[in-house]
Amino acid sequence: MPSNTSSRPKASLGLTLAAFGTLLFLHVPMWIIFLYTFTPDETTYKFPLPGFTTKWFGIALQRADLWRSLTLSLQVAAIATFIALILGTLAAAAVYRSKFFGRESISFLLVLPIALPGIVTGIALRSAIGGLDIPFSFWTIVIGHATFCVVVVYNNVLARFRRTSATMIEASMDLGANSFQTFRHVVLPNIATALLAGGMLAFALSFDEVIVTTFTAGQQTTLPIWIFSQLSRPRDRPVTNVVATFVILITFIPIFIAQKISADASDTEGDSK
Amino acid sequence: MLTRISTYFYQRQRLVLFLLLAPPLLYMLVVYLGSLFSLLINSFYSIDDFSGMLIREFTLKTYGQIFSPANREIFLRTASMALSVTFASALIAFPLAYYIAKFAPPRLKTWLLIGVTIPLWSSYLVRVYAWKLILAKEGILSWFINLLHLNGPLDWLLSFENIGGSSLALSPIGMFIVFVYIWLPYMIIPIQTALERVPGSLVEASGDLGAKPLQTFRTVILPLSFPGVIAGSIFTFSLTMGDFIIPLAIGNSKFFIGQAVYSYQGTGGNVPLAAAMTMGPVVIMIVYLLIARKLGAFDAL
Repeated sequence: MPSNTSSRPKASLGLTLAAFGTLLFLHVPMWIIFLYTFTPDETTYKFPLPGFTTKWFGIALQRADLWRSLTLSLQVAAIATFIALILGTLAAAAVYRSKFFGRESISFLLVLPIALPGIVTGIALRSAIGGLDIPFSFWTIVIGHATFCVVVVYNNVLARFRRTSATMIEASMDLGANSFQTFRHVVLPNIATALLAGGMLAFALSFDEVIVTTFTAGQQTTLPIWIFSQLSRPRDRPVTNVVATFVILITFIPIFIAQKISADASDTEGDSK
Repeated sequence: MLTRISTYFYQRQRLVLFLLLAPPLLYMLVVYLGSLFSLLINSFYSIDDFSGMLIREFTLKTYGQIFSPANREIFLRTASMALSVTFASALIAFPLAYYIAKFAPPRLKTWLLIGVTIPLWSSYLVRVYAWKLILAKEGILSWFINLLHLNGPLDWLLSFENIGGSSLALSPIGMFIVFVYIWLPYMIIPIQTALERVPGSLVEASGDLGAKPLQTFRTVILPLSFPGVIAGSIFTFSLTMGDFIIPLAIGNSKFFIGQAVYSYQGTGGNVPLAAAMTMGPVVIMIVYLLIARKLGAFDAL
């Protein structure tokens, strides 16, 4: 084993193969759906594909029910993300700047909605909403989604706060800026990318959520609920393939940007050490 | 004016703290814990056997129903699936996490991490759907197995009563593969984080004191990465236990907890029974989380 810490030891061939094999295992299945968007076969998942067609893209585009579901999902995700951004940032700021009784429990409380099985959150919300005789609607979906999106923003923003040195805020105040100016010119630029990353992940999480949504939605069909109905009783296989591919692509972009932001942020942190 | 407001707040840090904390806490306490509480209350109600109406009176009758042989079997089936998925995920996740944390050069590392987190965040449903295509009897995996002339071993595997079925798509084995695939990134990240924190000097010291690489791995690296494994297992275990999508999409007609809750609540209209049924996973998970916190797993999250 080399004694200087700057050069990393070389991995054995077995480990390298296992590592990249696992990575392939994580990614190849998603590409297979893409392949299936071109199948002319409507009734089975036959492989090799019995032919090649691109007609399903056009057919999927004309489905009004899909457009309605997509719009609904985007609206829900946007509002849930907005709520999560505000609540998550507030909680992160409180935990970062002060020590108070029960501070450790805040993380615990916020992580519960994603640490407990989704079905628990779902049925709990349903029993509460039902018990209060609130009609199931767009807003009950949003409220449900916001509960598990908060932690994503919270984690991202808190991590950024911890990397920001408190002396910068003090310096700003010493130089005569008031709290609002300090927030506007020092704090906000510092956490902006963390907000972006957290917001995008929260958006992706909400856009895709199905378990909680099945319990908090009334007659509304979000895109995941539409896909779920196809999963248990496939009726429109080719259209589902197109929708699935579309969902992969549309969630890929925000996730990729968010990950790149977080990765770059921790890189710069590493440099300054 | 703004400066005066600013000064006012600056001198009252407790008030600022209160204003910061109140909205998120209120939301989580009222909406989330309130709902959990209502779930708990509901689990002590019951359904009238004849009219099917909800009786809002305290009773332990519903909890009694949970321990019926059929439900006990569901709990056992779900728990054993969650355990095997957790073990398999830890085994498969470790090499990749180890490679990323200790061997990959910085640039490759960034890309590998992105490679792990993209499946983590991308559509869960679509990833399940992919396996419906792959595992189908006429699908790509069967084709591949056929190509390798491995039909015999596969049929042999599928012939086992508890884990087999008529095809991979309709068997617990298929379900197991999908669970591992779906939750694997949740295991890789915490293990990688924990491994990242194992100081290089410790590994060197172990080597200097005469330990062979394998010994160092077993006595230094493995124990120190254990909190990461525990943190990952929180997710794999909890998510498997509560899932009802995968058992519905893949697998046979035998119920899992999630499915049972889903159907009691939906078609059955028996909210108390569904509520009581979810208390099992809730209690297991809260105990699990508390133990995990003691073992330091939260730092690896």
